[in-house]
Amino acid sequence: MSEHSLDARRLLCPLPVIRTQDRVKQLAIGDVLTVICTDPGVMQDIPAWCRINGHAILQTQSDEYEYRITLKVGD
Amino acid sequence: MKQIKAVSLISGGLDSMLATKAIMEQGVHVEGINFFTGFCVEGHTHAIRKKDKEKPKRNNSLWVAETLGIKLHIIDIIEEYKDVLINPKHGYGANMNPCLDCKVFMVKKAKQWMEENDFDFIITGEVIGQRPMSQRRDTMPIISAESGADDRLLRPLCAQHLPATLPEREGWIKRDQLFDFTGRGRKPQMALAKEYGLTDYSQPAGGCCFLTDESYSKKLVDLWQARGTKEYELDDVMLLKVGRHIRPKQNFKVIVAREDGEARFLQGYKNSYINMNCASHRGPLALIDGEASAEDLHLAAQIVARYGQGRDAEQVDVMVRDLSGNESIIQVKPLAPNELAKEWFV
Repeated sequence: MSEHSLDARRLLCPLPVIRTQDRVKQLAIGDVLTVICTDPGVMQDIPAWCRINGHAILQTQSDEYEYRITLKVGD
Repeated sequence: MKQIKAVSLISGGLDSMLATKAIMEQGVHVEGINFFTGFCVEGHTHAIRKKDKEKPKRNNSLWVAETLGIKLHIIDIIEEYKDVLINPKHGYGANMNPCLDCKVFMVKKAKQWMEENDFDFIITGEVIGQRPMSQRRDTMPIISAESGADDRLLRPLCAQHLPATLPEREGWIKRDQLFDFTGRGRKPQMALAKEYGLTDYSQPAGGCCFLTDESYSKKLVDLWQARGTKEYELDDVMLLKVGRHIRPKQNFKVIVAREDGEARFLQGYKNSYINMNCASHRGPLALIDGEASAEDLHLAAQIVARYGQGRDAEQVDVMVRDLSGNESIIQVKPLAPNELAKEWFV
């Protein structure tokens, strides 16, 4: 298991989801990815994408301007 | 017996949702595909602005996929789509929307995906007569033929008005369980949604593409004319969705944030564009797009000052940041309302 991060700041939906999707394809089952975004919509969309595709959301964090979503790659 | 598999073009609207559900009901394994062109209308783009904050900030295609319990593959086609927009074989619709070429392109991409993933046919939510350019009885065969999908392209909502496709002829699905919808009315779709127990769905009034929007299309044409080329980058088309666009001269335009949400969005472009905001008074952030001389920047600062709280002052300080991040102050008198020519507004 290894940890990775993805900078998706300044991207509007659905680009943060697409970048997450493309990055996850390169990772192994059990790897952890933290995606950093500025579009508040990712708080709905990345978890939705994870649910559809069998990945687990480990944590979501937000402050006024940034959103961080940590997911664990499933099979 | 082999499990038959279909890939469905999911826009996030009701029609593609129903078309997908109709095929799932017949025991076919369906996965969704959604293409991102850069011009897609999303709640999130609107959500930049405060006035739209109440709109749901969900991606409707993801939401549809989750509601139906299918996988969704979102494909970035920004680069390939440029040729569709710049050189549409079938021309544009009422605005800069190359709907027919767009549909051909998307079905062609779906066919490629179908072949790569060993799927059997393609589903769309098209309905004869629903859209003036791409969803007509005479354009449907064009889409099937030019995309190369031919009889592997099935439109479940209006299939009974069209020749039988391969999935129907092979008995993979029953034709009599498909539909005969036509026209722009929504009643049959709403009745079917009710039958399927679908009560929450998106019905975007202006379609799902910014290119069908008159105001957006004008900004795009202005960009092309000012640059003397139709080439564009994603940032260009994203910025057309945000702010006031004011072009006082051919060689540059000023993009002025209309409120905090837009200012926050434009902040992300501060390293790529000369930008300015009023330093002596509260006022909006603005980006300068194009090649601007010192004289041009002075005029831009006067415009930006016009939208700040110092609009009635004799003189205001405007902070200008160049592409290296160097800051300087320009002192200007804000433009009076009658000095801001109507034709400057794109």
